[in-house]
Amino acid sequence: MTHDIYIYILVAAAVSCLIRVLPLTLIRRKIKNPFLRSFLYYVPYATLAVMTFPAIITAPQVPLAGILALAMGVVAAWRGVNMIGIAALCCGVVFVCETLVSVWPM
Amino acid sequence: MGAGCQVNRNRDAFANGIRDGFPIALGYFAVAFSLGIVAKKAGLSPFQGFLSSFLNHASAGEYAEFTVIMADAPYLEMAFVILVANMRYLLMSCALSQKFDAKTSWVHRVLVGFGITDEIFGISVGKPGALNPCYSYGAMAIALPGWALGTVMGIVAGNVLPASVVSALSVALYGMFVAIIIPAARKNKVIRGVIAASFLASFAVSRIPLLDGISDSMKISLLTVLIAGGAAVLFPIGEEKEDAKTEAAKTEAGEPD
Repeated sequence: MTHDIYIYILVAAAVSCLIRVLPLTLIRRKIKNPFLRSFLYYVPYATLAVMTFPAIITAPQVPLAGILALAMGVVAAWRGVNMIGIAALCCGVVFVCETLVSVWPM
Repeated sequence: MGAGCQVNRNRDAFANGIRDGFPIALGYFAVAFSLGIVAKKAGLSPFQGFLSSFLNHASAGEYAEFTVIMADAPYLEMAFVILVANMRYLLMSCALSQKFDAKTSWVHRVLVGFGITDEIFGISVGKPGALNPCYSYGAMAIALPGWALGTVMGIVAGNVLPASVVSALSVALYGMFVAIIIPAARKNKVIRGVIAASFLASFAVSRIPLLDGISDSMKISLLTVLIAGGAAVLFPIGEEKEDAKTEAAKTEAGEPD
C-alpha cells in the first residue's frame, strides 16, 4: 500500500505544531509530576543519540569516515565548539577521509 | 497591536531578532541542505521539501519524518514518531510559557510556539525579563526561510554535486545532533549514561535480523521511550533542579553558559 506524501507532511506538521503550541497556550504553571518531568528531561538526549548512531556510520560511502567524524565531533563538542562548527568539522573529516581512501585503495 | 505592544519597542525587538537570527539562518541553510539530500532519497519533490521544512522546521523531526515516508509506514506511525522525535519542543514550550507575561494573548503564544526550534528557543529564553514576542518573530522571519530554502537546495542540487561532497554533507545533520547532546553529557553523568545506552541499544537493534520488520523510525521512537522512561524511573530529577530544564534546553540550543 502506498501513502500520499502530502498527507504524511500534513500529519507531521500538525503534530509538530500541537507539541510546540499546546504547552505554551495551556500550561500556565510548572509541571509537578516527577516522572513526567524526568522523562521529558531525558527524551531529547535519548532520541538524538539513537538517531545519530549507527546512522552516522552508514550515511557516508566509507564507514570508517563516519566513525572518525563521530569521534572528532564528540571531542569538538566536549571542548565547546559551536553547533555549526561541529557540523562543518564532521563534513570535513568525511571528505578528507574518503578522498584519502580513494587515492590509496585498501 | 493592542495593549503592551508599543510600536517602537516592538520594532526594536523585531530588529534584534533578525540580527540574532542571521547567523542561525546561515547555519540552518547548510544543515537543511543535508536534510534535503535525505528528503530527495525519500522521494520528496522540491515543493514538498519546502512545505515540510516550512511547517516542521525540525532537524531530528524531519529526519524521522523522511524515514517514515521511506518506509511507507502508516500515518499513525508518523504521528507517533513525530511526537517522540519532537518531544523536546514540548519541554521548550513549557519553559517558554514561564517567560511570557501573564497578559500575553493566545495569538502571540500560538505564533511563538509555532516558531520554536532549538536555536530560536535558545536565544528567546536567554533574553532577560519577560519575552517580547516580536523578538522571536524577527528571528523566525530570517531563520525559518533559511531552513526551508536550504532543504529545497538540497533536493534540487543534491544530485548535481559530486558523490564525495554529498557523502561529506550527509553527516552534517549528525554533527548537529552531537553538538546538542555532548555539552549536556559533559555536565551530567546520567545524560552521559543515557547517551551511551542509546548508542549501544541502537547499534544492537540495527544488528538483530529478527527486528528487520520494524521500521527505523519506529525503532528510534520505541528506544527513546524505553531509555528515557528507564532513566526517569532510575534517576528522577530532583524538585530542587527547578532550573535544570531551562539550563538543559539552553545547552541543547548550543548556547554557551
